[in-house]
Amino acid sequence: MMDFATSAWARFFVLALVGSLMVAAATRPALAQDLLPPAPYAYKQLEEPALEAKAQALMETLRCLKCQSQAISDSDAPMAGDMRHQVRTRIAAGEEPEAIRTWLVERYGDYVSYAPQNKPIMWPLFAAPLVILLLAALLLRGRFRRDPKDSGK
Amino acid sequence: MIAELGLAVLWMAAALAALQLFAGVVALRPGGAAMTGLVRPLAIMQGVLVAISFLALIDLFLETDLTVKLVAENSHSMKPFIFKLAGTWGNHEGSMLLWVTIMAMSGGIVALVEKRLREDTLIATLAGQAFVSLGFYAFLLLSSNPFERLPEAVPEGAGLNPLLQDIGLAFHPPTLYVGYVGLSVAFSFAIGALVTRDVGPAFARAMRPWVLGAWIFLTIGITAGSYWAYYTLGWGGWWFWDPVENASLMPWLAATALLHSASVLASRNALRAWTVMLGVIAFSMSMVGTFLVRSGILTSVHAFAVDPERGSFILALLAIYIGGAMALFGFRASTVTEGERFSLFSREGSLVFNNVMLCGTLAIVLLGTLYPLMTEAFDAKVSVGPPYFNPVSAIFVIPMMLMMSVGPLLRWRKDKPGRITAVVAIPALVTALALLAVVVFAPGIRILPIIGIAVGAGLAVGSWMPLKGRNLRRTPLSVYGMVVAHFGIGVALLGAASESAFSTERLAAMNVGDTQQVGPITVKLLSIAPVAGPNWTALDATVTASYKDGAPVTLHPQARTFSSPPGERTESALHTRWNGQLYAVLGKEGDDGRWQMRFWWKPFVPLLWLGGLLVALGGILSLLGRVAHDVRRLRAEGKIAYRKARLENLK
Repeated sequence: MMDFATSAWARFFVLALVGSLMVAAATRPALAQDLLPPAPYAYKQLEEPALEAKAQALMETLRCLKCQSQAISDSDAPMAGDMRHQVRTRIAAGEEPEAIRTWLVERYGDYVSYAPQNKPIMWPLFAAPLVILLLAALLLRGRFRRDPKDSGK
Repeated sequence: MIAELGLAVLWMAAALAALQLFAGVVALRPGGAAMTGLVRPLAIMQGVLVAISFLALIDLFLETDLTVKLVAENSHSMKPFIFKLAGTWGNHEGSMLLWVTIMAMSGGIVALVEKRLREDTLIATLAGQAFVSLGFYAFLLLSSNPFERLPEAVPEGAGLNPLLQDIGLAFHPPTLYVGYVGLSVAFSFAIGALVTRDVGPAFARAMRPWVLGAWIFLTIGITAGSYWAYYTLGWGGWWFWDPVENASLMPWLAATALLHSASVLASRNALRAWTVMLGVIAFSMSMVGTFLVRSGILTSVHAFAVDPERGSFILALLAIYIGGAMALFGFRASTVTEGERFSLFSREGSLVFNNVMLCGTLAIVLLGTLYPLMTEAFDAKVSVGPPYFNPVSAIFVIPMMLMMSVGPLLRWRKDKPGRITAVVAIPALVTALALLAVVVFAPGIRILPIIGIAVGAGLAVGSWMPLKGRNLRRTPLSVYGMVVAHFGIGVALLGAASESAFSTERLAAMNVGDTQQVGPITVKLLSIAPVAGPNWTALDATVTASYKDGAPVTLHPQARTFSSPPGERTESALHTRWNGQLYAVLGKEGDDGRWQMRFWWKPFVPLLWLGGLLVALGGILSLLGRVAHDVRRLRAEGKIAYRKARLENLK
């Protein structure tokens, strides 16, 4: 009985410790991140307009992971700033936008890319417009084919 | 006392709704005629009672009665009056009470004014309306009671989310709600007409003002919401394909389709089944939208209720009403004939084409919005955003907008292409010229904005063509309404495409006294000073902007810090010219003491919202025209009846 009680208490303490560590771990970096000055290219454009345009086009299709439905180009969140810095420096270093996207997707998952990835799970989404167009064509055809005055001509 | 009164009255209204449903069902059965006279008064009473209940809640918020849980959680005694008022619906419970209030009052108005519809269809409609409201009463009373008291009063309320403390947003939710709930009336009409097998022009005419009204409010709500996002989020974006935005766009798309098909049914007695179907779909989209926003599936400023129980409740309501309506439609669809025939090349033909395109767009938006939820079932977290929605919706929207310059010129039933070629040539030419001009003079623009500018320009001109050759004085108001609304769509498209094609951005770290160039505008940072408002403090930048060496104007972008609840918000400053808008934002102070400033020059972007307002104005003109017409007809009918009665008397 005693054993059970002690082990229960021990478990409780371990859990509490782990829990508070996790909470600390979850909040600490966020705080640190908020307090650090933003990375240089978070709020600074690239000098070369063509490169900046390229970076901008890519940033508009990357999701800010800490916001509600905003691209990293539309957000004040520190993480979006860091990602803008990443994108701009990599574009400046000559990387291709799609390579940067692939790198980010490897790091953060498909969720980070607003542009649908070419993966089986997304195929139904690509097929949808075609299916809808087909249905629409069938519907329109059915609606007009049965018109007696038209078919008479 | 006020809270208890509000709650009691709400329960009574729910009871009346139950009675209204019961009386309606009995009245429609053989031998139930005795109940017929009961339904209308019940609907009116119910509307009055709910209105009292809502007024009670408003009063609690205005007085900041901190013994009421809802007020304590969402209001604050120091809030400005207008936000105390808006706080009434700026939370889950209050917004659901607003929902049933609008719903019951609409039902009451239908009962009061509707005279054209067959009596049994009207009773079925009111019974349907009562059935739908009952679900929402249950939701409100059982799982989201707005009048709940706290065991003891709290010293101070928790306040309202700073993002929501904005005059535009104070009236954004009620506007959208009127739209959503107006569609519930269309839904009830569709149900009523299906029940009594009375799908015809009278049904369409009775339904049309409600659809039109709901559609006007949705249009204004979406336009205002988009402008709010534009100036509060601080990055110049105006549409994010956010699920919450899509939730308001989907009912709008369905209502637009419904509006047009109801017009065909009203004037041509065609497209019967299609109109009823759209009536069901339109309100279903309102409910899907409410479910998405209120269930907590999404996390955003809109999701007040992160409570799975409430989510399941709304989902159950959704299943009952949509499933029930679809089943009814399935049973009765075979008895609803298609109505009058028409040929492919006719006004009806073009309207059917555009209806199908609208539904295609709707399907894409719905699928794209729900897709991330569906993939989560397979453990895949994905995003669907602008790179999908923009091009894919364009597949449906662009042909539709081309057709909008053609359809209104066609005759009903059957027309010859040769008759309108000369008129259609004008917008076609404008489209081609705009296309050429953009490609030649502004190379390097993405394909969608190019198409948008060309098609928008063509539509902005083509929308006026139906007035050609008409006697402008004798043209009905509803025709002007159509012209203005179509013109508005073209204008909005031009604004959107131009913003996307020609915007220039300038991010800069500035010292006081520095100048920067953004597009044709020179901006200068004059000073930064602290200012304070009723419940916030802010850093206020004084910036001058001069367009091409013109006289400078002064702007004040602010970074606001709210105290209750704590939060931050950028208050961007806008300078509007006829040819575009300067958008200025004050960011944080850097380590070196320089201020991060953001500027955009967005050519012709105001056209976007101007277009939205024009669309709404077109709707208003149309509605006025229809109502005036109905009133005249009712008066004429009254006179005829009076004379007939007198004749009878004389005999």
